[in-house]
Amino acid sequence: MSAYLEITGLNAVLRGTRTRVLRDVSLSVSKGQVHGLVGESGAGKSMIGKAILGVLPRAIEVASGRISLGGQDLGVLPLRERLRVIGSQTAVIPQDPLTALNPSRRIGPQMTDRLTRTLGWQKTRANHRALDLLEEVAIRDPERVLHSYPHELSGGMRQRVLIAAAFAAEPKLIVADEPTTALDVTVQKQILKMIADMQTRHGTTMLFVTHDLGVVARVCQSVSILHSGMVMEEADIRTMLTAPAHPYTAALLAATPRYTDPEASLVPVSDTVLAGVAEAIRASDTLWGRA
Amino acid sequence: MSALVDIRDLVVSYPDMARKPLLGAAPRNTVLHGITLAVGRGQIIGIVGESGSGKSTLGRAILRLIEPDQGQIVFDGTDITHLDDRALRALRPRFQMIFQDPMSSLNPRQTLHRLIATPLAIRGDTQAMDKAANALDRVGLPSRFLARYPHELSGGQRQRVGIARAIVQSPDFIVADEIASGLDVSSQAVVLTLLQDIVRETGTTLAFISHDLSVVRRLCDSVVVMAGGKIVEAARTTTLFNTPQSGYTRKLLEAIPLPEPDQVW
Amino acid sequence: MDEALRTSPRATPWRLWLSGGWLTLFFGVALLAPWIAPHDPLYQDLFLQRLPPFWIDGAETGHPLGTDSLGRDVASRLMHGASVAATVALIAGLATCLLGSVLGLLAGFYRGWVDQVISRIVDIWMSFPPVLFAILLVAVIGTGLTSVIVAIIVIDWTRFTRVVRAETMAQARMDYTEAAHVAGMSRFATLMREILPNVAPVILSVLTLQMGIAIVVEAILSFVNLSVSTDDPTWGGMIAEGRVSIHQAWWVLIFPMIALFLTVLSFTQFGDALRNRFDPVLR
Ligand SMILES: Nc1ncnc2c1ncn2[C@@H]1O[C@H](COP(=O)(O)OP(=O)(O)OP(=O)(O)O)[C@@H](O)[C@H]1O
Ligand SMILES: Nc1ncnc2c1ncn2[C@@H]1O[C@H](COP(=O)(O)OP(=O)(O)OP(=O)(O)O)[C@@H](O)[C@H]1O
Ligand SMILES: [Mg+2]
Ligand SMILES: [Mg+2]
Repeated sequence: MSAYLEITGLNAVLRGTRTRVLRDVSLSVSKGQVHGLVGESGAGKSMIGKAILGVLPRAIEVASGRISLGGQDLGVLPLRERLRVIGSQTAVIPQDPLTALNPSRRIGPQMTDRLTRTLGWQKTRANHRALDLLEEVAIRDPERVLHSYPHELSGGMRQRVLIAAAFAAEPKLIVADEPTTALDVTVQKQILKMIADMQTRHGTTMLFVTHDLGVVARVCQSVSILHSGMVMEEADIRTMLTAPAHPYTAALLAATPRYTDPEASLVPVSDTVLAGVAEAIRASDTLWGRA
Repeated sequence: MSALVDIRDLVVSYPDMARKPLLGAAPRNTVLHGITLAVGRGQIIGIVGESGSGKSTLGRAILRLIEPDQGQIVFDGTDITHLDDRALRALRPRFQMIFQDPMSSLNPRQTLHRLIATPLAIRGDTQAMDKAANALDRVGLPSRFLARYPHELSGGQRQRVGIARAIVQSPDFIVADEIASGLDVSSQAVVLTLLQDIVRETGTTLAFISHDLSVVRRLCDSVVVMAGGKIVEAARTTTLFNTPQSGYTRKLLEAIPLPEPDQVW
Repeated sequence: MDEALRTSPRATPWRLWLSGGWLTLFFGVALLAPWIAPHDPLYQDLFLQRLPPFWIDGAETGHPLGTDSLGRDVASRLMHGASVAATVALIAGLATCLLGSVLGLLAGFYRGWVDQVISRIVDIWMSFPPVLFAILLVAVIGTGLTSVIVAIIVIDWTRFTRVVRAETMAQARMDYTEAAHVAGMSRFATLMREILPNVAPVILSVLTLQMGIAIVVEAILSFVNLSVSTDDPTWGGMIAEGRVSIHQAWWVLIFPMIALFLTVLSFTQFGDALRNRFDPVLR
């Protein structure tokens, strides 16, 4: 199986400094696979997604590294061509639903914009598609939602609107940044099933950022564990869950609360493990400093 | 022991702008259909349920951020249902809300320093700056972040700023709306332990809205389950998890994904 | 530490410098025109009619940009014209901004009947054809600089009201407005301290646009002879006169046009560049 998304040696820095936000990130995702990105808050998971889509914040820039989509190295493409490839092949489910939506426009046109503008669909067809998708993501009254402004929806409804919008154009790659944080578990289950279904039907590739290892276990085939912008471990899902190679991964698993085991107390990752991680990061920084 | 927050028959509706006729008022969409709930002092109550069932609306209504159509809200013996703006402002420091959407609840053009210290400064606190740095530290963020703007943070970092802003005021009652889901398990442990400690030490009361039932089971003394704007089940936490009564609660428990490779799901 | 030292990209700083530079020159000349203008802008020297600008044969050293068909010095008239333009840009621009923005903020934040009233007035106002409206107004209150300024304010405040109202509404929908309530801020304080700073960048953009528009409107009114008296030098008046003698003395037309164009362009560019440079969210 060939890799659809491939990142090699990606370094991102605070612009104009040598302070790294991403440290030599490499990962590859085969076509039709869901790859999980797990790690500490602030570890750079969203930045990886943004780097792929070329929408890093202004204060952060790529210092080195290669990103390729479907064998196409994005770095060597002229800007216009790169935007076309990204625009036609990828979709994103952003981490922050409310800011991703325009507060002064209704949901309907925001969802169908891409279909009508970029793909040239008829308006009625796009609307039908939007209604269907909203039903698929378990929205009860899709008609009302289409006519609502973003602030008139609940957090989970906004998130589902964005999920539906991302699926609308049947992209090849979806970067999903914590897409189910505001969903109750039954809706979450339905959506994870829908993702699995898309995967088999259309061969959609997915980068799935989440903190919930339970979700990772259900939806991902492989996973990268990050800390401070550095990949600690890349593994297939079963290995990661049953025999984690890196102590940090093991610590994360151990710290995950399970409702089946209510007695264990909430403990953060231990200092010894973190010291090991810090050591690895320092070593990498020294190398980078010399380069 | 009297309840700190006592809600009776609360009904809340929103105008349905989608079906608004050209002239005249919009028809109203009832979101909460008569909620009755009492939260004891120093308790942590979990509010779980369907997405869109009105959990955030309930939180907002308790803090009088939206006007209820019917019902009564009693806070610490005072009926605040119809309290006017001035009287309400005097009470404000005693209750806090940590919003579900961290980005939009932080003013984009204020630094964290200002965001966290402003509520204190309004009340004339001279140590606002130190307290802000301290609060940031307690939620696991370095104090150099004080000079940053919200958009310069990651999602989970923003979430923790919201938490810092709430706890810095030492309120009697906190509504925490979905604050754990955006955090990794380690930061989650830090923040939840912090909240637990605050509850234990200061007798603060916490309404914890969450979809993460594993966390709810660990943290909460009692749980209410909401669906379609109603409370379908309310019980002590252990009772609820061991012997769920309603069909919806059972469905919820079955749908929890576990970090194990072969869960039947 | 790294926070303070962090550098961020300054999108095309030359835009800020170029537009800022031109505007400094513009306002400087406008302020100092009576002292730095080489000649009396109204003095007619019929022996020195239609002198060309300095780089063309036949130019006189005292008249670097030539003279018009009545022998008046073009450079001096341009400078005094700048005074009129600057007065209009500043007073009309700021007054329009103040009136329109306040109404927009109130309508967008308080909604309800306040919004109803303000929005209806805006709708009615906008259904008048603006130029006709201006001409009518000037006809009623008479020509002159004051009436030009009043006309601009009366016509253009709706531009601010509409934009500011929409932006205020969008901002008021953000949860931070509610967070301010929770913090115990009064409604009015929320509007001024939380929302206004987030609407300000939009106001700034419209303001700089409006200053440019004010100059153009003044020029148009001068062109059709409804502004200050014909003798007083204005860019619009110069363009009108230059148009008549375009074949004999093109410079009488071209110089005020260039000045007008550069000034209007600089205003809008300056607004954008300022935002890019100082808005923390864009930075
Ligand atoms: N505009 C910015 N300027 C400076 N630093 C930034 C900016 N945006 C993000 N950062 C920093 O970059 C790091 C990585 O952020 P990122 O958003 O990728 O984290 P994340 O892994 O997605 O975390 P979370 O799970 O909390 O969303 C964080 O430490 C954050 O503070
Ligand atoms: N400002 C508003 N105007 C109109 N309808 C609203 C508004 N806010 C919320 N609603 C509606 O009220 C219902 C309940 O929303 P609420 O945000 O309370 O749900 P929730 O239980 O918090 O859901 P989630 O778990 O997805 O955040 C939803 O159907 C939503 O569309
Ligand atoms: Mg993120
Ligand atoms: Mg909610």
